[in-house]
Amino acid sequence: MDRSVSGPERLDDASVTVAPGAAGSPSPLIEVRDLSKEFPGVRALDAVSMTILAGEVHALVGENGAGKSTLVKILSGVEQPDGGEMLLNGQPYVARGPQDALAAGIRVVYQELNLLTYLTIEENLSFEHLPAHRGLVDRRELRRRAEELLEEVGLDVPPDTPVEELGIAQMQMVEIARALLTDAKLLILDEPTATLTPREVDRLFGIIRQLTAQGIGVLFISHHLDEMKEIGDRVTVLRNGQWAATRDVAAVTVAEVIELMVGRAMAEGFPFREQVVLGEELLSVDGLTYHGNIEPVSLRVHAGEILGIAGLVGSGRTEAMRAIFGADRATGGVLRVRGEPVHIREPRDAVRAGICLLTEDRKSQGLILDMTCAQNTTITRLEAVVQRGLLQTAREAAETEALIDALSIKAQSPSQVVRFLSGGNQQKVVVAKWLFAESQILIFDEPTRGIDVGAKFEIYNLIWDLADRGKGIIVVSSDLPELLGICHRIAVFSKGAVVGELPREAFSEKAVLELAYRNYLATAAPAARAPMNTTGMPS
Amino acid sequence: MSTPTNPSRQQPARVGEMPLGSRAVVFGLREAGVGVALLLLIVVFSIVAPYFATTDNFSVILGQISINTILAVGMTFVILIGGIDLSVGSVLALTTVIGAAILAPTVMTGIGGFGLDPLVSIPLTIVACLAVGAGCGFINGFVTERWRVPSFIVTLGMMSMARGASQVLSNNSTITGLPKVFKDAGNVRFFDIVPAYFVIAIVVVLVAWFVLRYTVFGRFIYAIGNNEEAVRLSGHNPKPVKVAAFVICGLLAGLAGFVFLLRLKAGSPIAGVGYELDAIAAVIIGGTSFSGGKGSVIGTFFGACLLQVLGTGLVLLGVEDNMRVIITGLVVILAVVFDTYRSRIIASLRAR
Repeated sequence: MDRSVSGPERLDDASVTVAPGAAGSPSPLIEVRDLSKEFPGVRALDAVSMTILAGEVHALVGENGAGKSTLVKILSGVEQPDGGEMLLNGQPYVARGPQDALAAGIRVVYQELNLLTYLTIEENLSFEHLPAHRGLVDRRELRRRAEELLEEVGLDVPPDTPVEELGIAQMQMVEIARALLTDAKLLILDEPTATLTPREVDRLFGIIRQLTAQGIGVLFISHHLDEMKEIGDRVTVLRNGQWAATRDVAAVTVAEVIELMVGRAMAEGFPFREQVVLGEELLSVDGLTYHGNIEPVSLRVHAGEILGIAGLVGSGRTEAMRAIFGADRATGGVLRVRGEPVHIREPRDAVRAGICLLTEDRKSQGLILDMTCAQNTTITRLEAVVQRGLLQTAREAAETEALIDALSIKAQSPSQVVRFLSGGNQQKVVVAKWLFAESQILIFDEPTRGIDVGAKFEIYNLIWDLADRGKGIIVVSSDLPELLGICHRIAVFSKGAVVGELPREAFSEKAVLELAYRNYLATAAPAARAPMNTTGMPS
Repeated sequence: MSTPTNPSRQQPARVGEMPLGSRAVVFGLREAGVGVALLLLIVVFSIVAPYFATTDNFSVILGQISINTILAVGMTFVILIGGIDLSVGSVLALTTVIGAAILAPTVMTGIGGFGLDPLVSIPLTIVACLAVGAGCGFINGFVTERWRVPSFIVTLGMMSMARGASQVLSNNSTITGLPKVFKDAGNVRFFDIVPAYFVIAIVVVLVAWFVLRYTVFGRFIYAIGNNEEAVRLSGHNPKPVKVAAFVICGLLAGLAGFVFLLRLKAGSPIAGVGYELDAIAAVIIGGTSFSGGKGSVIGTFFGACLLQVLGTGLVLLGVEDNMRVIITGLVVILAVVFDTYRSRIIASLRAR
């Protein structure tokens, strides 16, 4: 064993006997050694090593961006690692594409199911290997296989039922059954319980136990840490793309796991600017409800304040912001701008009220990529560059030029096409267009995603400058150190509800994570709650 | 925040200023490319085809271009927002029938024969053609946007409905016998070469070019074609703009119907069959992206010219008319294939 042990708590030696229920002595099914993967601006995986045993349920946990998805993508051949190696049953395993992973018996059941909606269950099950007889589909064989597989997962539905008629839990069973058709060795379940009722979860767990009894390894990814406790044999914690710990589930508590997820010293390298005076209340949101919302959301932002919004991916942060901006219609609640109630039905109303949303996906929602910086900037307030119905291109260029200078956008000229700018500069163009609109309340959704480290700090400085100028800022981010580093206050979403707010004095990664996971634990243990300030928040 | 100059501007940025040569190539690959191809074609045909380089021939070509140019300009608006209008040929037929019915003092069958004085009937015809065209365009646009039906399907339906309506109104017959004043107007040629109605087409091109380039409406047309969601999230409602594009396309189909009356001196329910395809071909050859957001009416005009010059030249060379149709289709496909290479070449030049 020459693998570099990067942490003290290494317990995953193959000799350790765990994995109850496995037939025979557990052997390493898949070994990952020093796996690394870099994306522009982010080290998604940094020399991660771990072992999944045959017949065990191995839980994989970590906060947003810890590297869980990247690891799954590499295992399933969707992404190629930059370094490191993988062994499958002791043999080198290289997956150049999803086909290789399938051939090796590694199957992923993604959260967004990949079924062919209008085809029947049996057709879906065998789709990758249709039984054929002289070029025609062998219906009898199709049916025989389907019946066998459905029995295995305990789904009592006629095999010729179209998938669109199934409930979401049943679809998930079909996905799992499909994974079993091709002699799976490792089954990766990505958030399998997100949409299931407790009874369906029990059923799923029953199937998982059956599979592991047959020696199949299961990698189980979930926000629900108590499920990890219930079904998992061992748990691996990832943190900032690095392996943090692997533990026997029986020997670890939920609180300890959260502790392990918490990484760096907080606010490192963020010269936070103390806001001396907070101004008037710019935006208040009371009892906002929207499609997919669990509990009404209430928030407020003052002039000069940066409010952070934390929460796990899928906890409803983005949906709430889109509802405030009118990108998706809110179903209820009262919005006030400077105390005045405003009725927002569509983005136009929000823009008029001085609210803007800098969307998570700049390229598809924030910018018109094939148009120029000037055209992108002025679109929010074209009337400012129009005289007698005609566009004054010279004035448009001058206005944009001023913003390019003010925001230090690295563009040749206002007539440079936005597509050819770097991610950080594209983000600045989005800021420019909302400054041009004279927005007072700026909602940033993942402002630094896909932006390299140097440019990130420029964006932070920009956000601080905007706050200095009396704007109200909301920053939604999955990057916890970023939120801790730049915000005055953080509101935490958990499973579609705001579960608490932390003032800057109470900031810690642990406090935020405990709140973020709170509604994912079936019984919220009072002991796990951080000392916090819940400034009148319903929770 | 208020630094007077941006120091990054002086040093070469990540995406460097393109060398002059490459910029010329990029420009050449845009509309100018079609213009150059057109010039080449004219030169070649002038050398090899008998009678091609004669004033009579040019006069004929200008006349023939007019209708397709007007239709194709309207089509450009719709394609720029990512839509399509298959109904323009049928709408044109409908407006010729209605226009001819108003103009002709007496008719054999169908509606018309109001016996109006030309001083009244001619202005009335213009208004009727434009109004009917714009009305059809409004229906196309409204249904497309209100119920989110693909414009291909809505305008396919309109194509059938407008054709059917023109057949009902005319009782399936051609309406002739237009007033002499009107016929004479259709024969006016400036300098013995340029037909009066060609001037209408040129004015349409220039106005459309100006609108697309210098008005807020034009800016929205391009912006919506590129990224409708970004426009919506910038605080605008894209729907009225999209409906307006269809209205313009219909309006210009009506105007083309009026020009048809001037040129052919008759209204017919079988007028304009297949014109929508010629218009789409002109737009595509002219370099407008079929997915929207990129292109210009100048390119469209060149595209319309190129199609007609090619057709006329081939006929003068003695190529059978059926063969000409095949070659035209080939050119359209080649133009689109070339377009994919063009964007790739431009991207690679930019990336340097």
